[in-house]
Amino acid sequence: MTIEHYIFLAIAIFCIGVAGVLTRRNVIIVFMCIELMLNAVNLLLVAFSKMHHLAGKAVNASAGIDGQLFVFFIMVVAAAEVTVGLAIIVMMFRNTHSVDINFLNRLKH
Amino acid sequence: MTVTEIIFYFLSALALSSAIMVVLSKNPIHSVLWLIVTFFAISGHYILMNAQFLGIVNLIVYAGAIMVLFLFVIMLMNLNAETEPLKNKWLRMAGIVAGGCLMLVLVAALKDAEKKGQLVQVGSGDIGLINNLGRALFTEYVVPFEISSVLFLSAMVGAVVIGKKH
Repeated sequence: MTIEHYIFLAIAIFCIGVAGVLTRRNVIIVFMCIELMLNAVNLLLVAFSKMHHLAGKAVNASAGIDGQLFVFFIMVVAAAEVTVGLAIIVMMFRNTHSVDINFLNRLKH
Repeated sequence: MTVTEIIFYFLSALALSSAIMVVLSKNPIHSVLWLIVTFFAISGHYILMNAQFLGIVNLIVYAGAIMVLFLFVIMLMNLNAETEPLKNKWLRMAGIVAGGCLMLVLVAALKDAEKKGQLVQVGSGDIGLINNLGRALFTEYVVPFEISSVLFLSAMVGAVVIGKKH
């Protein structure tokens, strides 16, 4: 498989996530679409890591391992983000009894 | 067409179609379930690239923990297709056009990339095994690893503080 296959797959998943964020009003689904975008980027990082490993393994046996560790850290940060984000959503639901993201526009005042 | 290519295209089609279904489903529960299918397909991609550790972590952390958390919150709020807030038709159309334009720009920008045609190692290579990843994690990356544990602690405290009834 060439790297282009993975680049275009990741672009497609990422843009589906962007379209989801722009088209939905349920704040939980917006949040899930953000997770989708994160996963597209993770997939591309792993693909690039394997690409660099194939190119550089003669020089360095662990070439490209950084990419996979970065994916691991992205997952860690995403897990932390989800806990806080869902807590905020639950709090918002408790105050407004709705998950409509338009209720959050009063944050600008 | 080799077996690897067939698996690649199958997993890609599964990931893309279930990602589209996440956006299209009216019922939030169905969205979560389709997102789990997407994560399974992406884990399949990881395993295809022999990144076994990340494949399993993706399944356990994302499909297991995070999605259960989403499902739990949705069921706690008792959301379903009837309570779903919808944008009007034109805004939805504009969102889809904007996403499509972003995709067009990215594809046009990256189709002549510098690394064009470079192969991705599929099905072999041992950097994705837990042995090598663990060694790199606890030598080179030990400081970020410890910082991420502090991040988890603060996220936990933050979630409890935010979720507490005042």
